[in-house]
Amino acid sequence: MSDNGTGGTFSAQAASASYLLGLGDDALVYAQSLGSWLTWAPALEEEMALANVALDLIGQARPLLTLVGQLDGTGRSEDDLAYQRDERDFHNVHLVEQPRGDFAREMARMLWFAAYHRELYGALRASTEPTLAAIAAKALKEVRYHFDHASQWVVRLGDGTQESHERMSAALSWAAPYVDELFEDDSSSVSAAGTGLGVLPSTLRPAAQVAVEAVVTQATLTLPPPSRWRSRGGRDGVHSEPMGALIAEMQHLARAHPTATW
Amino acid sequence: MYGNDFDIDDPGAGPLNAADGGAVEAAAAHEDRRAELGTTSFDAIIAADQRVEPHDDMPEEYRQTLIRQVAQHAHSEIIGMQPEGNWIARAPSLRRKAILIAKVQDEAGHGLYLYSAAETLGIDREELLDRLHTGKQKYSSIFNYPTLTWADCGAVGWLVDGAAIMNQVPLCRCSYGPYARAMIRTCKEESFHQRQGFELLWELMRGTPEQQAMAQDATNRWWWPALAMFGPRDSGEHAVKGGHTAQSMAWGIKRFSNDDLRQKFVDMTVPQAERLGVKLPDPDLKWNADRGHYDFGEIDWDEFWRVIKGDGPCNAQRMERRVAAHEQGRWVREAAAAYAAKEASRREAATREGSAA
Repeated sequence: MSDNGTGGTFSAQAASASYLLGLGDDALVYAQSLGSWLTWAPALEEEMALANVALDLIGQARPLLTLVGQLDGTGRSEDDLAYQRDERDFHNVHLVEQPRGDFAREMARMLWFAAYHRELYGALRASTEPTLAAIAAKALKEVRYHFDHASQWVVRLGDGTQESHERMSAALSWAAPYVDELFEDDSSSVSAAGTGLGVLPSTLRPAAQVAVEAVVTQATLTLPPPSRWRSRGGRDGVHSEPMGALIAEMQHLARAHPTATW
Repeated sequence: MYGNDFDIDDPGAGPLNAADGGAVEAAAAHEDRRAELGTTSFDAIIAADQRVEPHDDMPEEYRQTLIRQVAQHAHSEIIGMQPEGNWIARAPSLRRKAILIAKVQDEAGHGLYLYSAAETLGIDREELLDRLHTGKQKYSSIFNYPTLTWADCGAVGWLVDGAAIMNQVPLCRCSYGPYARAMIRTCKEESFHQRQGFELLWELMRGTPEQQAMAQDATNRWWWPALAMFGPRDSGEHAVKGGHTAQSMAWGIKRFSNDDLRQKFVDMTVPQAERLGVKLPDPDLKWNADRGHYDFGEIDWDEFWRVIKGDGPCNAQRMERRVAAHEQGRWVREAAAAYAAKEASRREAATREGSAA
């Protein structure tokens, strides 16, 4: 991971950069996944809404990645980080790298992710890193909308037709194994929380869980029991199989012309 | 916000498209004098160049002509999302990715305004989509061409949006009020897209030899289809006999002929190609000082009709994708309707309980 070259010691700045990379990569990779919905949404209004969420997430990823390049001392730009890293150097969770499923799955994913994001950015407004605090303050307004949007759909689908109820229920089961990873403390987040730059993900879970459960109950659904497997490893750059195809597609053009600007 | 890091806004270089520099406002300038007319007769409104509104009486043929035109325009917006959406995943910088998503999102928005405008004529969106999906209504044939490289996103913006704006600016003063008003906002956004397309190519032409070749290749492939967007010739062997043009002109729906708009587009675009540094693929293209216009070669009308009739590179693909997306979304729309109905009956029950108490 982010060894800063000082004999293996993990400086506070490198740890901060590694933590921020997780945040930036979550936003970037989820935006990339959501982008695949355009022209496939169930209604025109939803084309616009999903595009909006994707745009918000890219808007969060760009300054986060820029900040990483400043803090880790490499001076890498947002595009260097987005387009020139290999899969093992991406720190996003597995939830966001999964390919587009049916619309219920997307709303289950968005509900959990936005619930996490809302608590995360709410807490990061108090970050000791002023740029991060500013990004969080702006992003919080956006992810509140994402949560609201996903909530409305989860309720409509859960309390809609028999088919939509079954699909929404299956979608919550599909998302469940990816949820723990969002709230897991790793060495970077422990270090970043220690300096006051970041926040421990585990502290975000209770409020996010309550918010999701309230929506699921209103949707006449229940959250599934714990699954036999759960995703892990994303923050350390160990991803699921779809991630390779996702970044290959995302990076191909930029990598084919390494000296070009666009 | 333009011109910070590139010089596409050379003063004196002229507007980049037909909606640039206040042209939409000028085209849309309209004085509402209906109150002075003293009549709501359709003929009097048209004669006075005033706007017909949804509740006015109008000839059935006028209504049907508008439904067909506005729906075709709406369909073109949503089918047009496909060729550009094709590059969202591969956009080579985060800035370009954001621009492209926003553009495709705008196209969905234009589709919405236009379906709404069509709905004021007494038909609903679901019915119009059904007519698209069953081939009873068409969309612009330009979207039956593929976007093969990143430069195609630039060429579509510069040439296709540029040609579309040339067609649409006069529609800002179309006789049917809701369509005219939808066009004002659409043209402003299209103008933005056209400039973004030009700027994308500008960057490529100032880049590596591979990027320059990509831009030239895209220009070669999109130039003629863009010229064909203005439709058949006004007269001569390539004109269409018995079309709707004369009636649409009389009704204030159409304001300029196909060839007039095509000539304006060529005249505006040739100097832009020179500034970009791309060559337009027409050996007959040259300035004609006597006419004060550029002369240009003949469009391949066989190809034009072939693509309109279904034999274009992407006709089948575009429709298959659109129908598949619609079908895949059906259960979601049904769920939303079922939920809305349940909510309405729950509200009604609560009201009854409230009044009983």
